[in-house]
Parts: sequence; C-alpha cells; structure tokens
Amino acid sequence: MSEHQTSANKMGAPHAGPDGEREPTRRDFLFLTTGMAGAVGVAAVAWPFIDQMRPDASTLALASIEVDVSSLQPGMSLTAKWRGKPIFIRNRTPKEIEEANAVALADLKDPVARNANLPADAQASDLDRSAGQGKENWIVMIGSCTHLGCVPLGQAGDFGGWFCPCHGSHYDTAGRIRKGPAPQNLAVPTFSFVSDTVIKIG
Amino acid sequence: MSGEHSTYTPTSGIERWVDSRLPLPRMLHDSFISYPVPRNLNYAYTFGAMLSVMLLVQIVTGVVLAMHYAAETTVAFNSVEKIMRDVNHGWLLRYMHANGASFFFIAVYLHIARGLYYGSYKAPREILWILGVVIYLLMMATGFMGYVLPWGQMSFWGATVITGFFSAFPLVGEWIQQFLLGGFAVDNPTLNRFFALHYLLPFMIAGVVILHIWALHVTGQTNPTGIEIKTKTDTVAFTPYATLKDALGVSVFLIVFAWFIFYMPNYLGHPDNYIPANSLKTPAHIVPEWYYLPFYAMLRAITFNVGPIDSKLGGVLVMFGAIIILFFLPWLDTSKVRSAVYRPWYKLFFWLFVANAILLGWLGSRPAEGLYVILSQLGTLYYFGFFLVIMPVLGLVETPKRIPNSITEAVLEKRSGGSPATV
Repeated sequence: MSEHQTSANKMGAPHAGPDGEREPTRRDFLFLTTGMAGAVGVAAVAWPFIDQMRPDASTLALASIEVDVSSLQPGMSLTAKWRGKPIFIRNRTPKEIEEANAVALADLKDPVARNANLPADAQASDLDRSAGQGKENWIVMIGSCTHLGCVPLGQAGDFGGWFCPCHGSHYDTAGRIRKGPAPQNLAVPTFSFVSDTVIKIG
Repeated sequence: MSGEHSTYTPTSGIERWVDSRLPLPRMLHDSFISYPVPRNLNYAYTFGAMLSVMLLVQIVTGVVLAMHYAAETTVAFNSVEKIMRDVNHGWLLRYMHANGASFFFIAVYLHIARGLYYGSYKAPREILWILGVVIYLLMMATGFMGYVLPWGQMSFWGATVITGFFSAFPLVGEWIQQFLLGGFAVDNPTLNRFFALHYLLPFMIAGVVILHIWALHVTGQTNPTGIEIKTKTDTVAFTPYATLKDALGVSVFLIVFAWFIFYMPNYLGHPDNYIPANSLKTPAHIVPEWYYLPFYAMLRAITFNVGPIDSKLGGVLVMFGAIIILFFLPWLDTSKVRSAVYRPWYKLFFWLFVANAILLGWLGSRPAEGLYVILSQLGTLYYFGFFLVIMPVLGLVETPKRIPNSITEAVLEKRSGGSPATV
C-alpha cells in the first residue's frame, strides 16, 4: 500500500476500485492475519488445558502386575488390583467348566470372547474365555460389570458365576453375561503365566 | 430495569457523587425497592428468594468446610470425620452444607413446579426459563461432585456408576470416561478435579442467577392469572410487599431446614457413605441422592434394546433426554392461555405429572426388579408423554375458562366472591 494515500483510506474507509469492487485495505489484511493467528493461538493454548484431564504417564505406567496363584486350589478365587480395578482370578472346578461348556453359543447375549489375548472376533466358547488349552481351569477377568462398573459378587446369581448387585446382571461360570442389563461379557485382560504359579497381568 | 424510568433520587452529597460515577445504588433501588411486581403474587412466588438464600448458605458453609477438607484419597474420609469431631462447630457446618444441598433441591423443584403450573416459561420468558434449566443442570453437577468428596462407599460407587454412563456411547465412550476420571477407574485424580469443580461451579451458578434475574426484570414477573401487567393499579412496589412476603416464606423454609439439621441430620443421607471407599467391594444396593431418583428410575426403566441402541445406551439417552426436554418446553406448549387456573384439563395433567414424578422418585429407590421395573416404564412413558403429546395437543383442543381483563379485575372478582367486578 502506497504512502501517498489519503487519510480517509488510511482510516480504512471503503473505496471503489476501477471495476466498482472494494479494494482490500491494510486493515482487511491485518484483520485476517490477526484473526487467523488468534484462532491458532487459542487452539494451541486450549489443548494443554484439555489434555491435563487425561490419564497421565504415571497412571498409564501401572501397566502390569504379577500375582502368585500357588495357593489357589480348585474352587478358590482371589482378587488382585490392576489399574484401580479388581481382577478376578479363579481356579475353576471341573463342574464349573462342564456347566460353561454345556451352553450353546447361540444362547449367549454377547457371543464375542472379549479376551484381550485373542483376536477381537474370537467366539465366547469356554476355552476362549479361559487361560487356554491345558489351563482351562483358570479364568482371569476384570471384575468390573460391563453395565456401569460395579464389582460383581463371586459364585452368585442364577448361573453360579458372578452376580452384580447394582442393577442385577447375572454372569455364568465363564464370566459371560446371561441375564440383566450388562451388554458384554466380563473383559479378560492381557495376561500370561510367567511360571506355573505366577500370572502377569497387563 | 423493566424499561420504566428510574425513581431513585439521591438525597445526600455522597449518594449524588456515587450516582454520577457508578450508579450501583440506583440499580439496586430500581431492581429491589421500587421495582413493580404484580399485586396478586402468592406464596408460590417466594421460592426464588429461598433459592437465593440457599445458594448463599451453600457457598458460605462450603468455603469454610474447604478450609478443613483435604482432597486426597488417603486422607479425605478422615478429614471429613475430623470436621465432624474436632473442628469447632464443624458438625454444624457440615450438616448445614449436606442438608443444605437437599433443601436447595426441594426449593428448586417447587420453583420449577410453580413455573409449570402458571406457565411461566411461555413467551416472552423463554430465555428466563432456559437460564433456569441451565442453573438446574449446574446444580445437579455440583451436587453430584460434592457427594463424592467425603470419599465413602456411596461417593466412590456413585462416581463409578455415573461416569459409567458415558461409557455407553459408542466409539468415544471409553475415552470420555477416562478423560473425566483422569485414569482407568475413580481414583485420586478424580477426587482432586471434582473438588476443584465443586468449588468453582457454585460461582458459575451465581453468575447465571444474575442473568436469570436480569431476564426476569426485563419481562416482568408472571402471576397466578398469567395476564401481563397493563396498568399501574395491577402492581405494587417490590419493597415492602414482595420483600416481606419473601422474608416470611424464607423464614418458614429455614425453620424446616433447621429442624432437619438438628433433629434428623442424616435422614436424607445414606449410611453406606460412613464406610470408607473400597474399590474392590460394591455396596449391595446403590442409590443416588434423593434428588436424582426420578432420573435414576428412568435410566433403569430401559431394559430392552431398540434397534441398534442397546438397553444401556437407551437408558442413558432417556435419562439425559428427560432433562434436555425441559429446554424445549416453551415451544412444546401450544396453549394461548398461560396459567393452569384457567385450563381445567391442563391442571389435571399437571397434578398427574407431579404425582408421577414422586412415584418415579420412589421407584428409583427400590431395587430394579419385577413390578418396580414395569411401573418405572409406565412412569417414564407418562413423563415424556406429558411433554411430547399432552402439552402440544392439549393447547389446541382444550377450551379455557373465561379470563379476566386485567390483574386488577381478577383480584376484585375474587374479593367480591366470584361475581364479575365493575371496575
């Protein structure tokens, strides 16, 4: 923009170009660039304020625990704490495994295994819910009802598995939802047997 | 503030000096002394004053409680017990604050019911109504987060269940839940942020209350007849008429409040919240505070899937929808007549709505099984039917009673025993 313009132009008064259209002024240019810088600035400043709400690295780092299960005889369970949530570890009796195997997959409300150690589309058979071939007696699950997060009670409910007292969800001996408002089977976390008596979760 | 010219006359030199620099005394005089209110306001119009008093009670008691409370999971529960046992008058301050929340909600429900009965939400008071619903939403958020702070069993599991609502949303649900909690489960980051927000929100409520009163003073108050102010004879000055009526209403309200504080301070609470939070054990029967129970009943009423929406998401949508629908009330009511006094059918459906809301509240406190579920479903149906069917249709088909020409005529008619007055 030339220095020889009239004061009216410097004040940003619209003035017609040769073809009748308004020529952009220095103020138009400043308005656009300042506005864009402002929008980017606001977004850049807003992000730390939003991001601080998310779980921080120390929370995320509580990624794995090791649990000694040598004391669990068939029919016994223990509850460990992982990521602030209870983990149910149960050494199931042959009768419980039999009961779970007797259920037709078509009768299940949630036919997916929900097992983090298997492909996402694995079927909710008893084998795929348990610790796998040779360790079918072990079941490891996040003890947080898939409805609204209450802790189900063990060896209770209509199917002898778990029962959530909050809103009445019944799970069977393989932790599969059978009755009530919960939409999914109890989740099986990533875990592995470090030795015959120690389970690593996460 | 109602568009009329100010009647404030500064008398002393200091008043004149202030008035020409920051005319705050003038604004207060015009808003709360000379401000004209309808001459026929009854005691149903005093809940606004009670609510202002309760907001003040909650802020004052809350600020001093915060001086003794520690928002950290290992000490929070004990710090509340210390307030109850050791802090001078701590028991009184905490009981005032805990029961104050309940009485805040009692007053707001009566205030909302007054608005529904006399059609206070109808044009030109839509923004006034919407601001009220915003205040109600902020109150619910504040009350919920406050209940988490003592870090008892109900605090912990209430927070788990309520933040669990967000996990119902597909794809983003789990992310939102972790964002709210600051972790995988309710824990120290959750408690800390809830405390910060619980301290902040009441001041935001106070801000919206100022807008609410501003909007009220632009349109002027409604009154039991629903007729707008037409002449000066329809009104009286805010002070002393409304001021004194409000003062009497507030006094009676505070007597009942005091009765609860001193004789039944834990009646509205839950004994499980005197057990420290345990993340591995859920109480046998989780119930929210009484003021959320109707919505809790509606959440649990949805036990069936609707198309792609499973029962969990359906329940959450119904529960949020029950509050969101209030925003649209001014446009759902098609009636040209404002007050239920002249709408015989609306009056009937209104009282059914009140009875239904109380029934839903009771059902919310029952276990979710058998007959309770069926009754909750019927109650939910009527709740939404009232807003979505009865309100729009009734306005078109109902024949209202004869409406007086003015507030003054209505008052004189009443005084002369119902025969038309000669004005």
